[in-house]
Amino acid sequence: MLKLVVCIKQVPMVSELPWDPATGTLQRDLAEGMMNPACRSALDTALRIKETAGGEITAITMGPPMAEEVLREAIALGADRGVLLTDRKMAGADTSVTSHTLARAIEKACPGFELVLCGFSTSDSETAQVGPQLAEELDIPGVAYVDEIEVSGGAVRMRRISDHFLETLEMDLPGIVTVTTGHYAPRHVPLGGLQAAFTAAQIVTLDAAAVGLDSEWIGAKGSATKIRNVYSPTAGKKNIVLTGAPKRIVEQLFERFDDKIGGAIGKDLKTDKNSK
Amino acid sequence: MITKKRGIWVFGDYRNYFQNRVTLQLLSRAKELAAKIDAKVCAVVFGHGVDELVGEYIAHGAEKIYLTDHPRLAVYSMETYTLLMERLARQEKPEIILIGATAFGREFAPRVAKRLGTGLTADCIGLDIDKEDLLLQMAPSFGGNLVAEIVTPERRPQMATVRPGTFQEISHDYIRTGEVVKVPLPEHLPVDRVRLVRLERCPQREQKLEDARVVVCGGRGLGSKKKFAKLFELAELLGGEVGATRPVVYADWAEHDALVGQAGKQIRPQILFSFGISGAIQHTAACNDAKFIIAVNKNPNAAMMKRADVAIVADASQLCNSLIQALKRRIR
Repeated sequence: MLKLVVCIKQVPMVSELPWDPATGTLQRDLAEGMMNPACRSALDTALRIKETAGGEITAITMGPPMAEEVLREAIALGADRGVLLTDRKMAGADTSVTSHTLARAIEKACPGFELVLCGFSTSDSETAQVGPQLAEELDIPGVAYVDEIEVSGGAVRMRRISDHFLETLEMDLPGIVTVTTGHYAPRHVPLGGLQAAFTAAQIVTLDAAAVGLDSEWIGAKGSATKIRNVYSPTAGKKNIVLTGAPKRIVEQLFERFDDKIGGAIGKDLKTDKNSK
Repeated sequence: MITKKRGIWVFGDYRNYFQNRVTLQLLSRAKELAAKIDAKVCAVVFGHGVDELVGEYIAHGAEKIYLTDHPRLAVYSMETYTLLMERLARQEKPEIILIGATAFGREFAPRVAKRLGTGLTADCIGLDIDKEDLLLQMAPSFGGNLVAEIVTPERRPQMATVRPGTFQEISHDYIRTGEVVKVPLPEHLPVDRVRLVRLERCPQREQKLEDARVVVCGGRGLGSKKKFAKLFELAELLGGEVGATRPVVYADWAEHDALVGQAGKQIRPQILFSFGISGAIQHTAACNDAKFIIAVNKNPNAAMMKRADVAIVADASQLCNSLIQALKRRIR
């Protein structure tokens, strides 16, 4: 029985993001949450391993209390238990602090873990750094951006495409991988699973004190990086609006933006060579 | 002469040198940043038989090279490279370390940052020095729809990975000279716990759409498959490629290959023409690197129109036809 741990993050649902059109900023507090797509791939990978090699899956997440939703979803899909790390002191953590928090919680809640699986990146902050830093924190071998994985005995064999190289790698367990999206099609939630998730779900909630974390080294306080400013890169654009008859508009386009259009295709388009 | 105390380091990532010149791009930006804080531009190179690269980095602006040359380093290795970088940084205390956001760099940098107990910003699309001499790191999030400006105020070094193509390399100049510091491989180097079983070079994939200077993208607003097909004529006149949105691919107006979006291709053209596209975030996230966007839509309030440089309020198909006619007259 392999002891599998899947790290999951709840992210704002991208298609439903409530944007403030005036400022071009995101109203994050109004956003609907969902399981980060790459975390879903990590869970799918764990479920496949469980089916073939046998195992027990613990899904773990750090976030506000509502992040419990993604743990229930994971249980509905076939995870055996969930661990929710939630504490106001953990908020505003950068990747280094996040990996520290997760590592200590994994050691605490899943002693004897053998394989940790993470999504390679999250759709909100897109750093792809927590997985590799978790490998450092846990001091176990780790491989990022894994496309395929096979477990045999106490080792795993992985394949990935990395900077135009196809790599086949091997490591002994315990180990950690981050998994890319798209290799396996995500499966649907089975009805029985859904029922289990809301009746018999085993979810443990831990705060910083329960994990034994030093509050100097968690959350925004412990983070080395600070966000100075957030802006929409498109906000500074001029957004020139052209209206009228298509023919006229096209003429205007060439008159005013020949440097852009002609420049990109390497031709002078300013003059209509057929008209005198 | 007063020696420059601070160092800006660039990790010499050369494994995919011919496709990816991010190291040279970083050396160029490091040179500009170094002028602002009176620092020295250094490149860090791990490998075997890489003298040619050392020369290349100096010719591209590196004033100092830290070189560890050993047969054991002939193949990239995550744990060994991390250990070497950690040791060197502890000893030399650079102010800044910049690493290209290659697949290797994005796994390597967070490990090094973790060991050094410092901060790291991922996949930056801009770097600068602020009023307090801090490295200002511009990082995209939400598919590039937001940019965060991040600093590492207290801990050192300040570290960032940088998206390839963000900066222009400076032209090489073999008159430039630099100091080469040979760093020996430490004794009792542990064996990597991750074993490389096989390494194959991937066949060169054609990346027409991703690399095109001009992209003509069409959405459902064009009206029909026949009208969509006109985009190919337009693209040919412009020397560009055709992209499509998901509804268009689903309706079989275009091949899946042409899908521009989160599930499809990321594009970064000089000019993007967007016809009849409302601008769902899954699509626009893949277009954020377009330098200049011309959008056509009947609806002036469509998201794509709001983010365009030029928003044309018109029937997409009609405007496409007018554009084709006008181009034929002008290009001849």
